[in-house]
Amino acid sequence: MKYEFSKEELEQIEQIKARYPEVKPATLPVLWIAQKKFGHVEPEVQKLVAKTLELPESHVHGVAEFYTQYYKKEQGKFVLDVCTCLSCQICGGYDILHYLEDKLGIKNGETTEDKMFTIQQVECLGACGYAPMMQITNGVYVNHLTKEKVDKVIDGLKKGEVPEFEKMEMRKVKPQEN
Amino acid sequence: MAVDWRSYKPVLIPDIPNLNDIDVYIKNGGYESLKKVLSDDWTPVSVVDEVKAANIRGRGGAGFNAGLKWSFMPQPDGGPRYLACNGDESEPGTFKDRMIFEYNPHLFIEGALIAAYAMQCTTIYVYIRGEYINWINMMDKALQDAYSKGFIGNNILGSDFSVNFYTHSGAGAYICGEETSMLESLEGKRGYPRVKPPFPAQRGLWGRPTTINNIETLANVPLVINNGADWFKGIGAENHPGPILYGISGHVNRPGVYELPSGVPVLDLIDEVAGGVKNGKKLKAIIPGGSSTPVLRADQLDGVSMDSDSLREAGSMLGTAGLVVIDEDTDMIDLLWRIAHFYHHESCGQCTPCREGTGWLEKILLKIKNGDGEVKDLDLLLDLTTQMEGRTICALADAAAWPVRHTINRFRDEFEARCKKSVHAMA
Ligand SMILES: Cc1cc2nc3c(=O)[nH]c(=O)nc-3n(C[C@H](O)[C@H](O)[C@H](O)COP(=O)(O)O)c2cc1C
Ligand code: SF4
Ligand code: FES
Repeated sequence: MKYEFSKEELEQIEQIKARYPEVKPATLPVLWIAQKKFGHVEPEVQKLVAKTLELPESHVHGVAEFYTQYYKKEQGKFVLDVCTCLSCQICGGYDILHYLEDKLGIKNGETTEDKMFTIQQVECLGACGYAPMMQITNGVYVNHLTKEKVDKVIDGLKKGEVPEFEKMEMRKVKPQEN
Repeated sequence: MAVDWRSYKPVLIPDIPNLNDIDVYIKNGGYESLKKVLSDDWTPVSVVDEVKAANIRGRGGAGFNAGLKWSFMPQPDGGPRYLACNGDESEPGTFKDRMIFEYNPHLFIEGALIAAYAMQCTTIYVYIRGEYINWINMMDKALQDAYSKGFIGNNILGSDFSVNFYTHSGAGAYICGEETSMLESLEGKRGYPRVKPPFPAQRGLWGRPTTINNIETLANVPLVINNGADWFKGIGAENHPGPILYGISGHVNRPGVYELPSGVPVLDLIDEVAGGVKNGKKLKAIIPGGSSTPVLRADQLDGVSMDSDSLREAGSMLGTAGLVVIDEDTDMIDLLWRIAHFYHHESCGQCTPCREGTGWLEKILLKIKNGDGEVKDLDLLLDLTTQMEGRTICALADAAAWPVRHTINRFRDEFEARCKKSVHAMA
């Protein structure tokens, strides 16, 4: 088989299985382990997950299809998930999306020829107060996007530098001067 | 009576550096309320009663009294029982539970442990949306630390209470925030909501008694145990007491999560707390508690405060207290179309009124947005919302219908102005 889990991963999978009274609940976590390792969960990877957990392939396939974060085919090295939902929409989320599309010469849902970038428009990522924002490859959140910040992030990514984790801002109520 | 929010000191996310570190948390009185309930003075029943008396109304959107919900769990029969903590946080405009994961994870963990003790649960799962991977890792670390200090596991602090506690990551599906969909997802399946009854307290995870609570709801529990139900009820609005994590987004100068008492006047939140509308613009409207709560026009906000009664009188709901602030330049048709797109995209498709209805809402709104709509389409939209409401397995269809109905009704002129005339007068 083209895809295999390592010994360590199989041990990790055993630990995950022990968290639940049945095997089936391990489906989502093991799909995650697979995606982390292979970069996607295309049908052959789904088969590996099914075989490892001794679950029907149709079950694993159904789960993989239902959840949008599982990549059903190979993606660019960096997947840029741009939020255009409610708060991001009204704070310029579409401007950011279109700026990225122009900059990378691809449309929403497409991957650059060099396989570096995929752009996806996504629903609310739970970062509405930091709009507009995007997530990079199911990982770090990049907040308060401007064109300048997008330029910087893309330049960095081209060199393999993923932006650092941004803490949520601790907001305090300013004392009132009456 | 106006709530005194200006002198309020945060208790859910107090300003203590590195409170996410278990040692700092313990130094600041952390895990004392867990110790308290495990001592001889408390029983599971007395914990349920105290929490019920405090009236912590569910912070996941529906506002149900947490202690009352706990009391629906059947008597233990020796088999497994579950607490499922809802950290799916996917309602557009909502981003506050993440603040707890990042700044005060142990307060939530302690609250969940007390809840599990009160309901005599054997395992706790915290379901966190998959996009929050960094925060899932933070929770995993916090859980590990709590295990190693003996707050989780067998015979906790020498008592005969034992419980396990695990994270479970989602993978991108808003519907999994709906409690029975979340149970399906925990069971490793596609997140199709279940028909109720049976309710989760009767038959939840793997057919066993299960209670579902939001993260912020549970974070309030140690505070109630430490300070008493009366203290809690003394904070904020009478019928919806306690601290609230207000997530403020949209067109304000200082968006973000603020902890304040319930019942803060909406206009105070916008003008004083969040620094006012951005770029000196005028306020046009707000969405008080996530995308499903009905929009309110600026002229409807006089005297309205962020509690369930006040918002209901005004014609909306508190929801998740995720307040979206909308300025005068915002195109309400665009905004509503995007909300409709969201619900269509996230409908699981099990129920025809929801699957088809959300599709039509989006399609017709797109037509209007593109200038091809007619006035009669507005009435068609309103008609669709009544056909969707209350006819489905879960409340997603309602959540999709409400904003459409209320945004059209409250901004009718703007929508009509975008429509072509429906009827050409006869010559
Ligand atoms: C479509 C839909 C999505 C929901 N999403 C969430 C969510 O992301 N987080 C949450 O806590 N509750 C969500 N809820 C509410 C839950 O079903 C449930 O009422 C809540 O988690 C119970 O906890 P509480 O009583 O502590 O608020 C959602 C409900 C519906 C109908
Ligand atoms: S109302 Fe919509 S989301 Fe809920 S179960 Fe029915 S189809 Fe699925
Ligand atoms: S709307 Fe973009 S993160 Fe919530």
